[in-house]
Amino acid sequence: MKKDGDKIIFENAADLPDMAKSMGTTRFNKTGTWRNERPIVDTDKCTGCGICWKYCPDMSILEDENGKAAIDYEFCKGCAICVEVCPVKAISMVEEEK
Amino acid sequence: MSKQKVMMGNHALSYGAVVSKVNVISAYPITPQTQVVELLSELCSNGALDSEFIKVESEHSAMAACIGASAVGARTFTATSAQGLALMHEMLHWAVGARTPVVMGNINRSMGPPWTIWSEQTDSLSQRDTGWLQIYASSNQEVYDSVPIAFKIAEHKKVQLPVMVVLDAFFLSHTSENVMMMDLDKAETYLPKYKPKHKLDVNEPYTFGALTTPEWYYELRYKIQKAHENAISVIEEAQSEFKDMFGREYGLVEEYKTADADTILVAISTAASTAKDTVDELREKGVKAGLLRLRFVRPFPFKKVREVLSSAKKILVLDRNLSPGIGGIIFQEIKSAMYNESNKAPIYGFIAGLGGRDITTETIHNIFEEAEKQDPKNIIWMEVKA
Amino acid sequence: MLEIRIHGRGGQGSVIASKILAYAFAKEGKFVQAFPEFGVERRGAPVAAFLRVADKPINSRSKIYKPGHLIVLEPTLIAAVDITQGLKPGGFIVINSKRSPEEFKEKAKDSTIATVDATEIALNNRLGSKAAPIVNTAILGAFAKLTGMVKIESVIEAIKEEVPIKPEENAQAAQQAFDKTII
Repeated sequence: MKKDGDKIIFENAADLPDMAKSMGTTRFNKTGTWRNERPIVDTDKCTGCGICWKYCPDMSILEDENGKAAIDYEFCKGCAICVEVCPVKAISMVEEEK
Repeated sequence: MSKQKVMMGNHALSYGAVVSKVNVISAYPITPQTQVVELLSELCSNGALDSEFIKVESEHSAMAACIGASAVGARTFTATSAQGLALMHEMLHWAVGARTPVVMGNINRSMGPPWTIWSEQTDSLSQRDTGWLQIYASSNQEVYDSVPIAFKIAEHKKVQLPVMVVLDAFFLSHTSENVMMMDLDKAETYLPKYKPKHKLDVNEPYTFGALTTPEWYYELRYKIQKAHENAISVIEEAQSEFKDMFGREYGLVEEYKTADADTILVAISTAASTAKDTVDELREKGVKAGLLRLRFVRPFPFKKVREVLSSAKKILVLDRNLSPGIGGIIFQEIKSAMYNESNKAPIYGFIAGLGGRDITTETIHNIFEEAEKQDPKNIIWMEVKA
Repeated sequence: MLEIRIHGRGGQGSVIASKILAYAFAKEGKFVQAFPEFGVERRGAPVAAFLRVADKPINSRSKIYKPGHLIVLEPTLIAAVDITQGLKPGGFIVINSKRSPEEFKEKAKDSTIATVDATEIALNNRLGSKAAPIVNTAILGAFAKLTGMVKIESVIEAIKEEVPIKPEENAQAAQQAFDKTII
C-alpha cells in the first residue's frame, strides 16, 4: 500500500479493507476547486452567530481569532447557502476569476 | 455438565443464540418462526439473556438493525421465514457487502401466494446469490449446534460474512427432539467475545459502504468470493474444534453409506434424514444405495461433492424447491459441479414435497425405483397429481 | 420404534402431552420426536399430536400414518373422528372415559384398551374447569400404567420440570390416574 502524504493509495485488492470502508476520502477530496464564485465575509458586519456554520453542507465554515466566520477555501464548493442564511447579510459572493 | 432437553427446532435455534451470547437481537415474528423470537424476547425481558432486543416493524428493518449493530461490533442474531426473508432481500445483499457477520435462522416455508405456512426450500435457495453462507440442518441438535459454529465461521477474519442457519418448517421447527445442551462456559471458550477487525467507532471515524466507483467495487466483489473460498477450511477447522469440545461431528456434507454405493441420492434438510431409512432398507435388499446430504450449500462444497460422487454409477438429486423454467436448484448445482469430472454418471433431477407435502421413506423408495425405470431427466415429478 | 398418536381438542394440551411424554422417555435414555399436526390450530376442533420413541437416533422426519398406540384425551372424539385410522393391530389404547374398556372393544378388537376418568382426576386436582378440564397430564399416568413402556416416576419428573403452571397438582393427577387405570 502506497501513501501520498496522508492519502492512502490502493494498488490491489489486498490493500482494500474487507469492509467497503473509507480511508478518509472526504478529507482528501478537496472540493474547493469546484467553485465558480467564492464567499467573502465582511467581519465588521458578522456577529459570530454561527448560523452559516450550522447550514454549510461541507463543513467549510471556520472560526477566526475574533470568533467571526471564516471560509475554508480548500473545501468550500461555493454553494452560497451561507449567503442566503446570514441574518445580517455579512457574506457575499464574488466571481473566482476576478 | 451438559444437560439433555427435549425441545422444538425453533427453541433449539433460540438456545443456540443464547449459548452464543449474542449482544443484539432484532427480529419480526412470522409463522413458523414465531417461537424463536418469543423465547428470545422472554429471555431478554426476564434477564436470563443479556442482549438488546430491538423491536421493529418489518423484516427489512430487522436486518437493517442487525447490520447496524454488527457494524459497531455487536454479535447479532435474527430469524425469519419465507415472505419475511424475501422482504429482507435488499438488506441481505447489504450485510454481505458490508461484511457484517450477522447470523440468521431461516425456517424454510413455501412462498405465497397462495398463502401457505408449510415447508419448502425455495425461500432460502432464492437468496443463494446474495453471498450469505448457508447451513441446512436436519435435526434439532444440528440446529442448536450450528448457531455457535455459524458465529465462529462468520466472525473469522478470513471470512467476515453473514451466515444463515436453515431448518424445515414443522418437520424441525415444531418437532421436539432430544437436544444435548452446551455448558455456557465451555461454549464461551469455543466462541469467545467477538473482536471485529473493522467497526464504526466515534474515536476513529470512517465511512462504511460509501460510494465506490468501478475502480474498486470489482475488487471488493472479488474479495467476497475469496472469503467464500477461504470459508471452506475455516468451516472444517471450526467444526473439528467443535467435535473436540462437544463430541458432535459435522462436515461440509454428510455421507451415508456412500463409499461403495452405486446409486447416490443427493438431498438437503429433513428429506435427507428420512432418506437414511430408505438407504438402510435398500441395503437390506442388496441394493447399493447411498446418501449425500449437503450441510453447506454456500460456500458450495465442490471438492467434497466431487469426491463422494466420483465413483457413483447413478446420481439422483431430490429437490424440495423449484426454480420455475429450469427445475430443482440443487440438481442444477450438482450437475454443474460434475460437468468437468471424469465420472460421467447420469444425473437425475427429482422434485418432491413442495408446499410441505410429506416426503416419506416410500417417496424416496419410489425415487430410486424411477431411476431404474427411466433415462435421466432434468425433472421427474414425484407424486404429482398430473 | 414406537409410534404414538394423541387425540384431543384444540386447546386441551395434546401437544404438551406429547412433549412431556417424549421428555419422560428421553429421561430413560430413549430418542424421541414429538410433533403436532402441521398446520393451524383451532380451539375445540379435533386435533392430533404424535410421538416417536426409539433406542437409536430417529432418522425418519415424515409424519406418522400408522401409529402403534393411541392416547385419547376426550371420549366424545370417538364419535367425531375415526381414531383408529391407520392403527396397527396389537397396540395399546388409553382413553379418558368413565366407561369400562370393554365398551370400546368394538372399535379396536386387536388392541389392549384401558380407561381412566382423567376428567374427574383433573378436577379433583383443580386443573382447569368443568367446561375445560386439563386432562393431558393425568392421561399420561394411565399410559404408563397400561403400557409399562415408561416408568411413572419418569412421567412425574418430566411433568414437574416441564409444566409451568401447577406442576405439583399435575404430577399428582398423573400418579392418581396411574393408580386408577382400568385395563
